[in-house]
Amino acid sequence: MNFLKMGALEIGRAIREKQASVREVTECFLDAIEKEDSIYHCYNTVCREEALQRADEVQKGIDEGKYTGPLAGVPVGIKDNICTKGVKTTCSSKILENFVPPYNATVVERLLDAGLVFLGKLNMDEFAMGSTTETSATGVTHNPWNLDCVPGGSSGGAAAAVAAELAPITLGSDTGGSIRQPASFCGISGLKPTYGAVSRYGLIAYASSLDQIGPMAKSAEDCAALFSVIEGKDEKDGTSMPNPPFDFAEATKGDVKGKKIGIPEEYIGEGIAPEVKDGILKAAEQFKALGAEVEFFPMPSVKYAIPAYYIIACAEACSNLSRYDGIKYGYKSPEAHDLMSVYVKSRSEGFGMEVKRRIMLGNFVLSSGYYDAYYNKALKAKKIIQDACFKALETYDFLLGPVAPTTALKIGESLSDPLKMYLGDIYTVMINLAGLPSMAIPCGFDAQNMPIGMQLIGKPYKEAEILSAACAYQNVTDFHKKSPKN
Amino acid sequence: MQIDRDLVLYLEKLGRITLSEEERAESMKDLQDIVSYMDTLNELDTEGVEPASHSFPIPNVMRADVVTNEANVDAILSNAPEQRDGCFVVPKTVE
Amino acid sequence: MEWEIVMGLEVHTELATKTKIFCGCSTEFGAGCNEHVCEICSGMPGTLPKLNEKVLEYAIRTGLATNCEITRHNKFDRKNYFYPDLPKAYQISQLYFPICHDGHLTVKDKDGNDKQIGIHEIHMEEDAGKLIHDDFEECTLVDYNRCGVPLLEIVSEPDFRSAEEVISYLEQLRGILQFTGVSDCKMQEGSLRADVNLSVRPKGQKEFGTRTEMKNLNSFHAIQRAIAYEAERQIELLEDGEKVTQETRRWDDNKGISYAMRSKEDAQDYKYFPEPDLPPLEISEETIERIQNEMPELPAQKKARYINVLGLPEYDTEVLTSDRSYVKLFEETVALGADAKVASNWIMGEVMKLLKDTATLPEDMTLSAKDLAKILEMVGKNTINRGTGKTVLEKVFKEGVDPEAYVKENNLAQITDLSALRPVIEEVIANNEKSVNEYKGGKTQAMGYIMGQAMRALKGKAPAQEVQKLLKEMLDEN
Repeated sequence: MNFLKMGALEIGRAIREKQASVREVTECFLDAIEKEDSIYHCYNTVCREEALQRADEVQKGIDEGKYTGPLAGVPVGIKDNICTKGVKTTCSSKILENFVPPYNATVVERLLDAGLVFLGKLNMDEFAMGSTTETSATGVTHNPWNLDCVPGGSSGGAAAAVAAELAPITLGSDTGGSIRQPASFCGISGLKPTYGAVSRYGLIAYASSLDQIGPMAKSAEDCAALFSVIEGKDEKDGTSMPNPPFDFAEATKGDVKGKKIGIPEEYIGEGIAPEVKDGILKAAEQFKALGAEVEFFPMPSVKYAIPAYYIIACAEACSNLSRYDGIKYGYKSPEAHDLMSVYVKSRSEGFGMEVKRRIMLGNFVLSSGYYDAYYNKALKAKKIIQDACFKALETYDFLLGPVAPTTALKIGESLSDPLKMYLGDIYTVMINLAGLPSMAIPCGFDAQNMPIGMQLIGKPYKEAEILSAACAYQNVTDFHKKSPKN
Repeated sequence: MQIDRDLVLYLEKLGRITLSEEERAESMKDLQDIVSYMDTLNELDTEGVEPASHSFPIPNVMRADVVTNEANVDAILSNAPEQRDGCFVVPKTVE
Repeated sequence: MEWEIVMGLEVHTELATKTKIFCGCSTEFGAGCNEHVCEICSGMPGTLPKLNEKVLEYAIRTGLATNCEITRHNKFDRKNYFYPDLPKAYQISQLYFPICHDGHLTVKDKDGNDKQIGIHEIHMEEDAGKLIHDDFEECTLVDYNRCGVPLLEIVSEPDFRSAEEVISYLEQLRGILQFTGVSDCKMQEGSLRADVNLSVRPKGQKEFGTRTEMKNLNSFHAIQRAIAYEAERQIELLEDGEKVTQETRRWDDNKGISYAMRSKEDAQDYKYFPEPDLPPLEISEETIERIQNEMPELPAQKKARYINVLGLPEYDTEVLTSDRSYVKLFEETVALGADAKVASNWIMGEVMKLLKDTATLPEDMTLSAKDLAKILEMVGKNTINRGTGKTVLEKVFKEGVDPEAYVKENNLAQITDLSALRPVIEEVIANNEKSVNEYKGGKTQAMGYIMGQAMRALKGKAPAQEVQKLLKEMLDEN
């Protein structure tokens, strides 16, 4: 049995049916990581000893009937901005290079309760700021489909690990596309849940009003399984919602018959690569063939999503990142001898350039004199965008569009021009501003054999609907079954 | 909106960071590009629109006034670059 | 030139909640460094705040008690600045939508007349930690125990014109905060802190002068002194043709001077924005009504009731309501059957004297209403006389003895059986022949001496009136 090729649910089933032990599966992935991760650099930290010990505990738990869920015994990789007790959580930043949280994120507790086994912590853009994984202080992750390309970001390690078969399933986080865009670039599936559907407690904040943790896997079905483990209200997160219970059977039914799908005209207009557009239109045809109705509709507020997003995200980020000061935890400059230099030197040496840029932008839009013109204006734009999305979703069951204007870019291509990099987020940031759930799944390949992704955008808390639509699509297509390693 | 060197210096100060002269010059250009792009929001009529600080504001989420934490000084200080007598340490700071 | 002093107050009060405002850490005073600290209040990455419901309740209660409007749609905001006592580098506070606004309190001005002081707003926020300065080492230690202790900041309008008004306002505010159970208001522990904004202007001028803000005022006395000092300093500056600098000044009560503080940040740009981690608060009419209905009786209401229902003089009500502990002792003692005026007299007289003599704070007093009521009952029924009552009270106050048992053990009860008096008096008459003869010879003053001897023989335990009556009878008999 080649566990590396199997989906998370398949592995879970094999373990439950005693065709494999948890240790066997875990060791298999750990060995693959050891052998191959030097090629991709998906992992910042690999927890070999802890994982093997945990594998035995979980096996015992499964044998004793303590863990009965479909993912019990399945190994999982975790993005390095989700706190894991006793295991380094660095956000791929020098400033947190040695930070070992004394607590678990709520999602981590839920994975433990469901009997999953942690393989390690996955590389990302520093503090989730970036869409290429190039801003990581530990170095770029390489796209398994083409090592010269970026895996996307910020959850680049989490996406590449699934594509490279170094984890069957991973947890990422999405503030402006950070799950969906790398999923799209790496040809895997990823779900950005409704804001509040998954607890943010223990997720190291980038932009608190936009951040969400979500599952990444080979298939929508595996995403549904992991989502059902992590979703639900958390007493520790006041912004987590008392959402209706998630129905796994409903989410994996794979039915879109009679559904109305809307495609915003702006999502396939100017700026999109022809091959990506072609992929989306073909996917639309596929959905029609499955019994759905597809329509195009105008959504003029799309063009305001990027400025509004970057204003809000940077404002919150500059405040969230002020706590890194070299006093309580994290990097302290050895050159710092007075209070001001503890702050300035530690932060200047500890943060990378992209983080500094966003700190400056955030300070700019919040500073007195600019607050109303930028920050408050952006909050109003957010409201307009949210209303436009809600209105569209009154007409349509869900929206369909590309994840990114292009397939994965070459390493180094976008670093020199930050604005160009920001503009690449055009199709994803709007969904975070509106707080909606969105599912990214592969829908084709370009001429260079790089994956093309599409996203299905649903109503608040209707993850089951978009997952079901994604399953329907994956039942009749095999893009998600392609592997760069075949 | 014009981004000049003084503004960049002020933003560095607000963020408690300092850039090299080279980074500063580059940042000035990058920030100018980005802020100019942000200025496209000016086209949007937001008259009478309520700013949305929260996506789905479910109000009144609170906790009961019950002590749940015990002393855990070691864990709290475990990541401190410097500690002494159960405290974090900073260079002499006088008000 | 005649100058007018203009002042506004910013009062911070720590709330008497069991836990901090955003986490389940204890707020108890006096723990070891960082013992009341968790991942949330120490600002560890990824942690999130969750509002303590009691804080909101107390804030609304305070607002209602100070005649404020309650803001129906509330938000928290972040106030961003770097300082080692603020682990997140932002303080969660309320800028745009404070919980209460537009209230007032009525104070006594210098001439004893009523004057209204406006309350601009009351908002909820978290306290910062404590820096411990090491004099011998080149470092400062940081303790986060106080981080996240809930605070209300009560901001007045610049309506004060004299130190008397300020003190009257603070006394009232303290009374309200204490009686509503919102805060202990222990100034020495920092649970009530008042910052005074002060400016001076020529009398009659409309525009305000440049103001300074004074901090570190740890007692009402310090506030009075600091106001006098600062007003004089500003007037002197202006009279010398100089200017007042807008600055924050720290009062040194030992030296009796204030000095300008080095500011925390050169550029005070707090970059306030709505706190995304805390959902908004919607305060319903029902909530306000419920809190209003559950509102404990406030000092002003108590005074009125004591006068109208219990028939106390106004003076007594002022004294009794000056501290929650007096009110508690008084009301419970009366509830146990004591006469209101008698109880009031004893508390204002004997109890307060004992507090003063033993340097005890009212809130630390161990004397129970049950014991006080018992003593008053014994005095009232003549079981013991007033003098014995005082002695017993002192014993109870200082040593916590049971009053009834103490009286019994020490044989302090009055002799109420008159037949028991006769043999004692007979003996006194027999032993004081000289005085008895003088009395019989018409020297009535001699009666006083014999009476004294009789009371001494009775150890003061018999009602003097009865003893005198019997003594006279017996002297006239033979």
